[in-house]
Amino acid sequence: MLKDITLGQFFPGRSVLHRSDPRMKIILTMLYIIVVFLSESTVAYLVTVAFTLGLAIISRINVRVILKGLKPLLFIMIFTAFFNIFWTKGESEPLLQYGVIKIYKEGIIFAVKMIVRVACVLTGSSVILTYTTSPIALTDGLERLLSPLKKIKLPVHEFSMMMTIALRFIPTLIEETDKIMNAQKARGADFSSGGLIKRTKALLPVLIPLFASSFRRAGELATAMECRCYRGDKGRTRMTQLKYKPVDFVLLTVMVIYGAGVILSNIYLGQLLAI
Amino acid sequence: MENPFIKLDDVSFSYESGEEGPVTVLLPPILKHINLEIAKGSFTAILGHNGSGKSTLAKLLNLILFPTEGKIYIDGKNITDENMTEDDVYEIRRKIGMVFQNPDNQLVATVVEEDVAFGPENLGIKPEEIRKRVDEALETVGMSAFKKHSPHQLSGGQKQRVAIAGIIAMLPECIVFDESTAMLDPKGRKEVMDTIERLNRENGITVLHITHNMEEAFRADRVIVISDGVISLDGTPQEVFSNVEKLRTVGLDVPQVTELLYELKSIGYDEIDYTETDELKCAKMLAEIIKRRGSGDPE
Repeated sequence: MLKDITLGQFFPGRSVLHRSDPRMKIILTMLYIIVVFLSESTVAYLVTVAFTLGLAIISRINVRVILKGLKPLLFIMIFTAFFNIFWTKGESEPLLQYGVIKIYKEGIIFAVKMIVRVACVLTGSSVILTYTTSPIALTDGLERLLSPLKKIKLPVHEFSMMMTIALRFIPTLIEETDKIMNAQKARGADFSSGGLIKRTKALLPVLIPLFASSFRRAGELATAMECRCYRGDKGRTRMTQLKYKPVDFVLLTVMVIYGAGVILSNIYLGQLLAI
Repeated sequence: MENPFIKLDDVSFSYESGEEGPVTVLLPPILKHINLEIAKGSFTAILGHNGSGKSTLAKLLNLILFPTEGKIYIDGKNITDENMTEDDVYEIRRKIGMVFQNPDNQLVATVVEEDVAFGPENLGIKPEEIRKRVDEALETVGMSAFKKHSPHQLSGGQKQRVAIAGIIAMLPECIVFDESTAMLDPKGRKEVMDTIERLNRENGITVLHITHNMEEAFRADRVIVISDGVISLDGTPQEVFSNVEKLRTVGLDVPQVTELLYELKSIGYDEIDYTETDELKCAKMLAEIIKRRGSGDPE
């Protein structure tokens, strides 16, 4: 039952975004988020929406998956939109007035813009990064991208090693949890009835053996790593070398054009389609 | 022995008790004054019941543990010398690879070929050379088809073969298998044993196989029995397993073939040679005896 947990959000594929270098994708995601937040004018917003839809299409990720990804934030989006509508004060006459509650045009525009912005950031960053990059490529990309920070003694390698080992052991530990739960069920443990507190308490006899065995595993793994001459970052090379390919620069160029487009439409097309 | 690959000279080992104090208190010794020589290219099985000190012995060889007393020589070099640098220690660990019991707890990466590359990467080898070594190592253990798989998709025997490939890729001269077959099912056990044997016979790697499975020990050239921290028997499998009484006193079971022959001999079948360990030959010998007794001597 625990086995069907998907690791991360990665969907394997062969699209342009899948084939792009993880380091470039991290950079692109950061650029993308900045540009989305720079969008001010209506035209800029339209460009952003079009660009995000374009990304979603070239990633070839199922539309349902993308919509599902937006779901967890739906509540927050509605909640903040609601406050924006009622609390934003406009200069013109309120559109609607009922006692102390006044709704202005600016409030509605602001709320819509905010929803579009959050939805775009979420969709865009997941199709560029999380949906199209395997967790291992992501850690690898992050390590290499941050490696200059090693100079100021930041444990970049150690951090990425921890991530790799965590990713490696998640399936193993899930399997083990399953085993322990079955063993405890065989002795009469009940995980599925009672209130929240009772259920949490019922998990204790699962967690304790799980932790105990994890410590044992950690010890054995450390010995095995030492036997394989592991001594941290020192003198270590890598088999797979990341290389920027033409496709990476194409994507970067597209991103820069998009950013320039947004900035220009903010400046010159601010009045066009102004609501 | 002339130029042994591994030489233990009066080696003892005790764990330190965990108590804090001005003087480190040592627990009762695990290994007591061991003298041992292992020839290059040999296949040695080390037998012993739980807690006999056989795994401790293995960990001393690549300096995961340091002997309390005595000297250890690897390829003529004293590795217990005080002047050993960090690089020397890692060179020893490269020379003597180690494969452990639990296949899950020795695989580091999420992709098989990345895991095999882990050792060579630590040694600082060039990427193209690592690629070559990884492919060769996976070929040697017959796991090439799985190089893009994730370890948790593999069976126990397959994982253990990946672990072996990870060691081979470091081009070791000797591999110590620390009960590497103990957690596997019969099929996995056979896969791993066949791999070990091939490494020894074809690639000339010195193998130390720690086990408490007698059938496996039979496949070695030499069997050493450790009991309570001392070597109690040492010789060819035939020599060692013919000491049925002694093996029993140290808490080990003899292989079924030997046990059968031994029991038959002890109830009066004097002509039986119970040092014979090949099952087929034994069956023939027994058939001979039955035929002879059945025709010539109808009692």
